[in-house]
Amino acid sequence: MGPVLENLDLYVDGFLTSLSIIVVAMVGSLLLGLLIAACRVSPVPPLRAFGTFWVSTFRNTPLSVVLFFCAFGLPELGINRTFYFFGVLGLILYTSAFVCEAVRSGINSVSAGQAEAARSIGLNFTQGLRYVVLPQALRTVVPPLGSVIIAMFKNSAVVGAFGVGGDLWSTGQTLTSARGYETLPIFIGVAIGFLLITLPAGAVLQVIERKVAIAR
Amino acid sequence: MSQQDTVLYDAQGPKARRRTRIGTAIAVLVLIALAVVVVLRLAERDQFSMELWGPLINPGNENFELVWEVIGEGIVNTLKAAIVAMTLSVVIGTLIAVARLSLGRFARIPLIGFVELFRGLPVVILVYLSVRALPDVGVDLSDWPGGQVFWGLIIGLTAYNMVIFAEVVRAGIASLPRGQREAALATGLTNGQTMRIVLLPQAFRIMLPAIISQLVVVLKDTSLVVFVANFDELLSQGESIIRNLGNPIQTFTVIALLYIAINYLLGRLAQYIQRRQGRASTRAAETTDAGPNVPVGGGA
Repeated sequence: MGPVLENLDLYVDGFLTSLSIIVVAMVGSLLLGLLIAACRVSPVPPLRAFGTFWVSTFRNTPLSVVLFFCAFGLPELGINRTFYFFGVLGLILYTSAFVCEAVRSGINSVSAGQAEAARSIGLNFTQGLRYVVLPQALRTVVPPLGSVIIAMFKNSAVVGAFGVGGDLWSTGQTLTSARGYETLPIFIGVAIGFLLITLPAGAVLQVIERKVAIAR
Repeated sequence: MSQQDTVLYDAQGPKARRRTRIGTAIAVLVLIALAVVVVLRLAERDQFSMELWGPLINPGNENFELVWEVIGEGIVNTLKAAIVAMTLSVVIGTLIAVARLSLGRFARIPLIGFVELFRGLPVVILVYLSVRALPDVGVDLSDWPGGQVFWGLIIGLTAYNMVIFAEVVRAGIASLPRGQREAALATGLTNGQTMRIVLLPQAFRIMLPAIISQLVVVLKDTSLVVFVANFDELLSQGESIIRNLGNPIQTFTVIALLYIAINYLLGRLAQYIQRRQGRASTRAAETTDAGPNVPVGGGA
C-alpha cells in the first residue's frame, strides 16, 4: 500500500471531487426522477407517453453511451460546457430513469382499496394523498430507491473514467500512466475510496429500511 | 382514461376530463416546441445532411456495407461477452449462495464479507483491474480464445455480477415454501441432493425474470471496456466509425437505438415470463413468506 500512502493527498482530493459528483448527481437525479415519475402517473396521456419514452430510453442505454451523447451531441445544440458538467448531467439523466421506476412502483404498490377507503371516510384528494397514499408509498420506495442511489454512487466511477479531471479515477490514471506506478496497488486505492462511500451508504440504507419497514 | 393503474385518482368526471384535455393540449404544445427547437438547432448545424447519415441509413452509400459489417461485429462481440459473463456469474453466484446457505453461522462470515465487498465496488474498476492488472501479477490470458482483453472484461463483469447473483439465488431459495426442503429430506435425499434436485430448479424458475433483467445490466456494462482497452464491442465499433466518418451524433444515435432495441426486448421478455409465472404461482405465493418477487441487485 506504499504507493497509495505516498500519494494520499492526491487521493483525498480525488475522493472529494468524486464526492461532489455524487452529491450533485444525487440531488439532480432525485428531482428529475420525481418529475418524470409525476409525468408517468399523471392523468395526462402525452405526459405519460413522455415519461415512458424517457424511462425506456435511459434505462436501456449504457451510461457510457449517454455520456458520449452529452459530450458530443449537446455541443451541436449549442451547449458548450466542461466535461464535469456533461459527466454529471449524463449521470443525472441516466439515474433519473431508475429513480422514476422506483418511485412509480412504490406508488403503484399501494392498493387501490387504500385510496378508496380514504375517500369513503370523506378525505379529499390532497388529504388522501397526504395521510394515506404517500406515507405508505414512501416506505415501499425506500429500499429500491436506496439501491438505485447506491448504484449511482458506483456509476460515478464511469463518469470519472469518462474524463472528469481530478476525481478518484483520474487520480489513479495520473499515478499509473504519468508517474509510472503499478496498476494494481494504485487502483486498489481507488477501489478503497469508493468502498469508503458505498459501504457506509449501504449500512445507512439498511438502518433506514428497518426504521420504515411495514408489515404488509 | 379507461385503465385504472394508479391509486392516485378516481375515474374522472366531466370537470376533471376537461382539465385533462387542457393539460393534454398544453403538454403536446410544450413537447412539440421542445422537439422543434432541437430539430432546428440540429438543422442549423447541418446535422441532417446525407453526408453524415448516408453511411448509416442509405444502402446505396459506398460505406454502408462496411459500416454495418463493423456494427454487426460489434453486436456479436457485445452479445458474446454479455452471455459468457452472465453464464459464469450465474454458475459462480449459485455456488456462493449454496456455500453461504450450507456453512455454519460463523464460517459464513468471511463469505458474507467477500460478497459485501464486491457489491460495493464499481464495475468499471473491476473491469479495469482485471484487464490491466491481471497481466502484471502474472495471469496471462492472451492464449485463451478471444484474447487478454476479452477475458479481462469477462472476469471483471463476472466478479461484479456473481455476488449479485449470489443474493438473487439466496432470495430465490428463501422464497420457496419450507415444506419443499423438509419433504425432500424426509424422502431420504441428502442435503446436496435436496439442493440440487428440489430447491435449485424451483429457485431458478422463480429467478428467471431477475436473471434476464440482470442480463440487460451486463450487456450495458460490456460497453465500459471502451474506457479501459481496445475490444471490438458495439460502442467501440461506433467510436471507430466516428473516427473515420466524423459523424458522432448520427453514429451514437444508431448505436444507442441498437442497445435500446436489444435491451427493450430482453426487458419485455423478463416481464412476460414474470407475468406467466405470476399466474401459475399465485396459489403458491400465499404459502410463502417472501413471495415470488426476487430483487434484482443494483438496479442500474
